Amino acid sequence: MSIRDVLHEEEIPGGKHWSFTVGRGTLLRLVDIEGGANVGMLFYNPANLLERYNAPDTLKGQHTFRLSAGHCLYSDMGRVFCSIVEDTAGWHDTVCGNTTRAMVAARWGVKSYQEHRNDWTQNGRDSFLVEGAKYGLGRRDLAANVNWFSRVRTEADGSLVFDGGAAEPGAHVTLRFEMDTLVLLHTCPHPLNPANDYPRKPVLLRFGKADPVAADDACLTSRPENGRGFANNHFHHLCG
Amino acid sequence: MIKESPLSPDHAAHRETVPAGAYWMHPVCKGQVFRIVDLEGNQAADTLFYSADDPAERYSAVDTIREQRNVYLGVGTKLISTDGNPMLEIVADTVGRHDTLGGACSPESNTVRYALDKKCMHACRDSYLLAVTENDQFGLTKRDITHNINFFMNVPVTPEGGLTFADGVSGPGKYVEMRAEMDVIVLISNCPQLNNPCNAYNPTPIEVLIWDAA
Repeated sequence: MSIRDVLHEEEIPGGKHWSFTVGRGTLLRLVDIEGGANVGMLFYNPANLLERYNAPDTLKGQHTFRLSAGHCLYSDMGRVFCSIVEDTAGWHDTVCGNTTRAMVAARWGVKSYQEHRNDWTQNGRDSFLVEGAKYGLGRRDLAANVNWFSRVRTEADGSLVFDGGAAEPGAHVTLRFEMDTLVLLHTCPHPLNPANDYPRKPVLLRFGKADPVAADDACLTSRPENGRGFANNHFHHLCG
Repeated sequence: MIKESPLSPDHAAHRETVPAGAYWMHPVCKGQVFRIVDLEGNQAADTLFYSADDPAERYSAVDTIREQRNVYLGVGTKLISTDGNPMLEIVADTVGRHDTLGGACSPESNTVRYALDKKCMHACRDSYLLAVTENDQFGLTKRDITHNINFFMNVPVTPEGGLTFADGVSGPGKYVEMRAEMDVIVLISNCPQLNNPCNAYNPTPIEVLIWDAA
């Protein structure tokens, strides 16, 4: 699948953060340029910031622990922020949260801005706090985030296993936004990444325009729950 | 792991029954021990914790499971806050394991999961919203309604990345008990869900007990 008419493209270096608002009908492809990237992401309704990405509703509504193509990402209001229309990675985490300042210091050591300038070692939690604050969001507004490109599976006893072996350069996942959405993101390492050195993996963001959602759309029809989620979006857009 | 508590309900400082569909919002002080009893079995107790000193610091499902490297909660689990601090530790449990992936039911998620016309059925998140609004002395709002623990609920994850809702491992009189490591506000919705087996289609009361520090 290619994105026709690329509207915008930018690269976010590893260990950084950014945010933007996208309109309904936007495609966003994330490309793991070198392999082994992690993209922490949170979603909010810009018209009502109390409506936000809800990982439990997303997982239980689709009977899944991993995120991949065909899945929809739900808000706490029963609506679909975006659908995963394409995925070459096969498994994305949404239950492990973020690195924190203390975690980065303990695992990889402190690289201060004073000494290292923009090669400092930032963390996922502070990244979300900075980006959220641009829109009036604070500590109380953070939620369980997606970690794109990070595969965390479970053993039979429920133990978590970070599986970095499947990461491939050029892996990509494409999101189709089903409503206007505020996106907060960071490219800080996954909190279970066992690398010896602070991983600093860039990602490419490519924006395009989506075709209208067809009646036989793979995300719409992947589960009956998603048909009802899209119906909730339809009513939301009727009401403006 | 099954571990029984040495504490007797006769010596509890506080003891209260919470009907299905109701909420319970109550402080528990550092050192106190807090128990939830599944009186009739197969009842989900959807539970949130907030730091009493700074309610913006609250229970974090993702920090809890990541720090213990396991998706299930049980004896020895430290319930970790959004700031990385232990809030409570599970010290006794006659159930075996508890869920923190499934979240709480809401009218909106019921429309997605079951049918669009289920939206007016009672749900946990409505209980949470009434609780924070009626108890505005705590300063909590919808912003603070986050991902909870489902005590007594069984949500197995498969190695392939599936999520299943299995019949309960709980039963009449089973309980889970935790010791507070900081002063907390406990918020429980005793789940009213009628559409899935989490309450065996028959929501029933729970009992909550608090013992003072020994």
